[in-house]
Amino acid sequence: MSEVVLELDGVVKRFADNEVLRGVSLKLHRHEVACLIGASGSGKSTLLRCANLLETIDGGSISLFGQPLGDKRIDPDLVRRHIGMVFQSFNLFPHLSVIDNILLGPVYALKRKRADAYDEALALLDRIGLRDRADEYPERLSGGQQQRVAIVRSLAMQPSLLLLDEVTSALDPTLVGEVLDLLTDLAHNGTTMLIATHEMNFARDVAQQIVFLEKGVLVEQGTPDQIFNHPREVATRKFLERVR
Amino acid sequence: MKLKTDVDSSDATPNLFAPRRRRLFVGKRGIAASSLSTAIVFGLIVSVLFVTPGGATVRYAFFNPHEMWVAWIGNPRIGLLAIRDGIFTNVWMFLVSEVLVLSLGISIAWIRFSQSPVFLPFRLLATLYTDILRGVPTLLVVMIVGYGLPTLNFGFLSHQSPAVYGVIALTLNYSAYVSEVIRAGIFSVPHGQLLAARSLGLTQTSTMRRVILPQAIRTVIPPLLNDFISLQKDTALVSILGAIEVTRAAQIFSATVFNESGLTVAALFFLALTIPMTRYTDRLMARDRARRLASS
Ligand SMILES: Nc1ncnc2c1ncn2[C@@H]1O[C@H](COP(=O)(O)OP(=O)(O)OP(=O)(O)O)[C@@H](O)[C@H]1O
Ligand SMILES: [Mg+2]
Repeated sequence: MSEVVLELDGVVKRFADNEVLRGVSLKLHRHEVACLIGASGSGKSTLLRCANLLETIDGGSISLFGQPLGDKRIDPDLVRRHIGMVFQSFNLFPHLSVIDNILLGPVYALKRKRADAYDEALALLDRIGLRDRADEYPERLSGGQQQRVAIVRSLAMQPSLLLLDEVTSALDPTLVGEVLDLLTDLAHNGTTMLIATHEMNFARDVAQQIVFLEKGVLVEQGTPDQIFNHPREVATRKFLERVR
Repeated sequence: MKLKTDVDSSDATPNLFAPRRRRLFVGKRGIAASSLSTAIVFGLIVSVLFVTPGGATVRYAFFNPHEMWVAWIGNPRIGLLAIRDGIFTNVWMFLVSEVLVLSLGISIAWIRFSQSPVFLPFRLLATLYTDILRGVPTLLVVMIVGYGLPTLNFGFLSHQSPAVYGVIALTLNYSAYVSEVIRAGIFSVPHGQLLAARSLGLTQTSTMRRVILPQAIRTVIPPLLNDFISLQKDTALVSILGAIEVTRAAQIFSATVFNESGLTVAALFFLALTIPMTRYTDRLMARDRARRLASS
């Protein structure tokens, strides 16, 4: 098996006395796609944020390429430059044009020359068919287009790992397909991804690993076939019955 | 028994025409009606100067065209300063103050948002600063700075012109207000913007500079312009330190000639200064509102 990119070991996260993650452990290898499924409030978003150091953890450990992120010498900004994150609500920067949204990270975080990064940014836009919208502002794009821009904005950092938090949940049903197609395309190209999603068919098609969370506990994990066709746990079966 | 329902079940066709008295104000008649009411209201206000017992005196003392002209161009023979010569002082005072206020205001807001433990004393100072300077009347700040700094007898700080002390005082006072306005703007930027910027690996400083502040300042431009309008007017307060600016020249004129028309000229000068800005601010706010309505 190839190199382990992300490893969570017994991660605990509390908000006041609400324990949101209760000892979650998982491993994600290079070129692997894992989907996090679970009911609303089960801790999917929290897990992704912890992996990105947007939240501090209260127990256990998280490591990226074998380096424990809890170590005091770790620079969180450096960590985040290797991890892309895409949100449910796009969070494009409304005061910047589409191309400047994409260039912000490479230019101001990686300190690359704008001119050097520019062609790559255009190529990324080309890939999602929005090259001719480069100079427009995000509010002029449809939700699906905005979310695809948000995804390539993360890709412009050439991350080793992409975290996606319910990226189609805020979209009109007719626009979900174009975003999932882009993700499927990324998966086939070997992008390492950890995806929180409610799209079960998509998860089945694209993931090598399905992780089922309930109330902060990792109840069951396995291949899509194991989880969707032969779930061992009652909780998993019940959840799948409800969403189908 | 017949029940009364919300739905009109009778077969009568409803009448959709406005009653006759409301139809008076439609179309061309509407324009006529608004012109007439404007003329009446403004006419009533001006007529106060003609019907009151002291009206004639006030007209002579405040609105004498000849005296107004003399106040404007001055009269060197009897040692009268020209109001028009004071204009430059007011204008440079507010221009320099506005630049300083904006930079200091942004810095203070930024410091108050910083999280580094090293900045703790600065955060405390910044909070104290805004609390104190928002609470003290501008006139007092002008006097404290204008009389205090020279008394310090501390190098070049104590040997400046009254206008320079005025700029210092106005900057101190208004940067406290402006930093609060900018802080409100920063609070109004959605949290997701911060998350997205930090996820790209931007440092806290870059996030503030490239993502949060540009959006924050854009949303607070109208209240910011309001503070600037107020600052432009408050350059008049520096007259108390003896700076020869518009208000001071007008005061000297009325004290010498015993006619207040100079004050009217000074008032007109401030109006000429601030009205374009107030109109512009209103336009910006209207545009902002239209945009928000369009996007919702
Ligand atoms: N910043 C916070 N402060 C306090 N509680 C929080 C915070 N963020 C999340 N929580 C709580 O943590 C729990 C898990 O939330 P989380 O957003 O991770 O769930 P989720 O699985 O992503 O749900 P959804 O499918 O609705 O997005 C919830 O009970 C939520 O109320
Ligand atoms: Mg969530």
